[in-house]
Amino acid sequence: MSATFHPASADTERFGRELDKIRDEVLASLGERDAAYIRGLIAVQRKLELGGRALLFASWLPPAWAVGTAALAAAKILENMEIGHNVLHGQWDWMRDPKIHSTTWEWDTASPADQWKHSHNFVHHTWTNVLGKDRDIGYSVVRISPEQRWHPIYLAQPFYNALLALFFEYGIAIYDLELERIPSGRKDPKEALAQLRAVAAKIRRQIVKDYVAFPLLAGPAFLPVLLGNLTANMARNVWAHTIIFCGHFPEGAEVFTEDRLENETRGEWYVRQLLGSCNIDGGRLLHIMSGNLSHQIEHHLFPDLPSNRYAEIAPRVRALCERFGLPYTSGSLARQAGSVWKRVLRMALPGPGGPSAAEPPARMLKAAA
Amino acid sequence: MRASASPAVLLRRLATAAHWLTSPLLPEDYFELINPLWAAGELCGRVEVVHAETADTVTLVIRPGRGWVTHRPGQWVRIGVDIDGRRHWRTFSLSSAPGRSGGRVTVTVKAVRGGLVSSHLVQRTAPGTVLRLGRPEGTFVLPEPPPPRLLFVTAGSGVTPVMAMLDSLLPGFPAVTGPDVVLVHSAPTPGDVIFGGRLRSLAARCPRLRLYERHTRSEGRLRPADLARLCPDWTERSVWACGPPAMLDDIAAYWTGPAGGLHVERFSPVPAAAAGSGGRVRFTRSGREAEADGETPLLAVGESAGVLMPSGCRMGICYGCVARLRSGQVRDVRTGQVHGDAGEMIQPCVSVAAGPVEIEL
Repeated sequence: MSATFHPASADTERFGRELDKIRDEVLASLGERDAAYIRGLIAVQRKLELGGRALLFASWLPPAWAVGTAALAAAKILENMEIGHNVLHGQWDWMRDPKIHSTTWEWDTASPADQWKHSHNFVHHTWTNVLGKDRDIGYSVVRISPEQRWHPIYLAQPFYNALLALFFEYGIAIYDLELERIPSGRKDPKEALAQLRAVAAKIRRQIVKDYVAFPLLAGPAFLPVLLGNLTANMARNVWAHTIIFCGHFPEGAEVFTEDRLENETRGEWYVRQLLGSCNIDGGRLLHIMSGNLSHQIEHHLFPDLPSNRYAEIAPRVRALCERFGLPYTSGSLARQAGSVWKRVLRMALPGPGGPSAAEPPARMLKAAA
Repeated sequence: MRASASPAVLLRRLATAAHWLTSPLLPEDYFELINPLWAAGELCGRVEVVHAETADTVTLVIRPGRGWVTHRPGQWVRIGVDIDGRRHWRTFSLSSAPGRSGGRVTVTVKAVRGGLVSSHLVQRTAPGTVLRLGRPEGTFVLPEPPPPRLLFVTAGSGVTPVMAMLDSLLPGFPAVTGPDVVLVHSAPTPGDVIFGGRLRSLAARCPRLRLYERHTRSEGRLRPADLARLCPDWTERSVWACGPPAMLDDIAAYWTGPAGGLHVERFSPVPAAAAGSGGRVRFTRSGREAEADGETPLLAVGESAGVLMPSGCRMGICYGCVARLRSGQVRDVRTGQVHGDAGEMIQPCVSVAAGPVEIEL
């Protein structure tokens, strides 16, 4: 799986320039339609949340509980994925609306926005899939690549990965504190403590809101509202975990070593982003509910282009990959999620031996597709 | 001590409590779904009426939302307009006196040739449009009480702040007593006189207002010497002048009255993007300055000047370095595009200075 694709360097730079062209075209054409999309989506999300919570208040009617919980879960998913994640990437900064801006946005997850922007926008998006550099979940907590040295603790990873899915937002928030770097002095404990306090303050507000204030307001419906909120949060967490793991860990996604970063050019950076990412095939609803991370490849090539444009440019990126003989990994949600879990299960056990074991899976997938 | 909280305190407590229900958003973020004017933290106004003043000038009647503070006649306001999805800010004089019903105010906008925002406001703004508003600002205002004798010298859209002043000096059907006002206004033709009809009928009914129209296409530009002829006691009056920079410079040079007697308001044009690149960069919060060439990203410029620059990927993708531009323009090294409105958020890691720049860091 680490059979690195290395086309001739001139080709790489030409590939990069073609991608730059796509990026410039999209940037030049941003306008009213895009602004209407994000504003409309934010309004829909807020109404969905209000509607869901209102229905939960009437949850002595069992259908009201189910529909209310589903609406709330959908609202929370939209809020995190198609809105929060993308706004924090600066995808909508071009509108110059201080209310929909990467510097002012805060979202319904345990990670404070500023900490997230560092660990995700910077560390993960710059060093995507580079072992030892990309701290995206997986590379130390979960063993997903044979290059990671096996340890008996990984025998339990199918179990704790499932647990992580349920409490994903907390897992990410704690993980992003980089507590393991404190003993070696690479992280200032004072800074870690300040960050921990910020996380705790956010978690406190979330817990008071979903598990105390709204249930209390519901009076006799205290318990159903609490359970509805809990279910919606867990559903959102499991969904986010699934989509994010499908982005970089299915068969076909490559993992890189640090030497790859030396003197990396713009073209090489693009190629690494492409090889380290996998798309999910599906309809418009899947794309929106996944925050367009179903277009993980396009997102990693152009993390700051508005997400509503990824579907439009995907065929062009795909055609470009074909022209340059580069793999473009894509599969259905079931297939990609199945592939991730197969890998989590397989890598729980020691081995397999060397990275040269099989043909580059990226190409196998392509051949099969 | 009994707790008898005032309504304001109760309201504040209620808002704090409501915030726990809407976290991480604010309650207002949900109110906005019903009415954008209820937004807090960002002042809005809805355009209720648009009426044409001249061929290229309209007056917008705006009902400001929550948080608007009453202006003084002569002040201006920043207006934010979304055009093609992007917000643009420009300043316009308020052309109405305060005290209209519902707090309504007006701005009068002349479409400047090649002016993106003014053209948009004049040609494509319909009633119902929501605009962003700043706070009323500016010191081009009348003292309280107003001086007994005044002279206004205006040209083109320079009459807009003066219209607000006249409205407050001569309210309704003018009484016999009150300040004595002379207005000398220049415009190319009678049809180009903004508020022409209103001013003429006001002058016809009110003996306290003398109006001199100068139609520059047939009569030529107004010279300061003309002022002395039209209004012999002009240096004894309090003078307010608003119009093109050349006219204001002429008047200031010719002025022989007391130093505090002449007030001018300049509608300074947006400085054109410097063709050359590079320039002096001032970091306003840290007070540091540096000379930037047209190639070094502002992030690096700030760092070598010792400014605590937030940063991240240094290639324009992570938005970790975004900072507010106070003035000047920058060039995006990726696209070559020169951009920059005051208050715009820029990415210093991929921006270089295009002329002198001020950054709020």
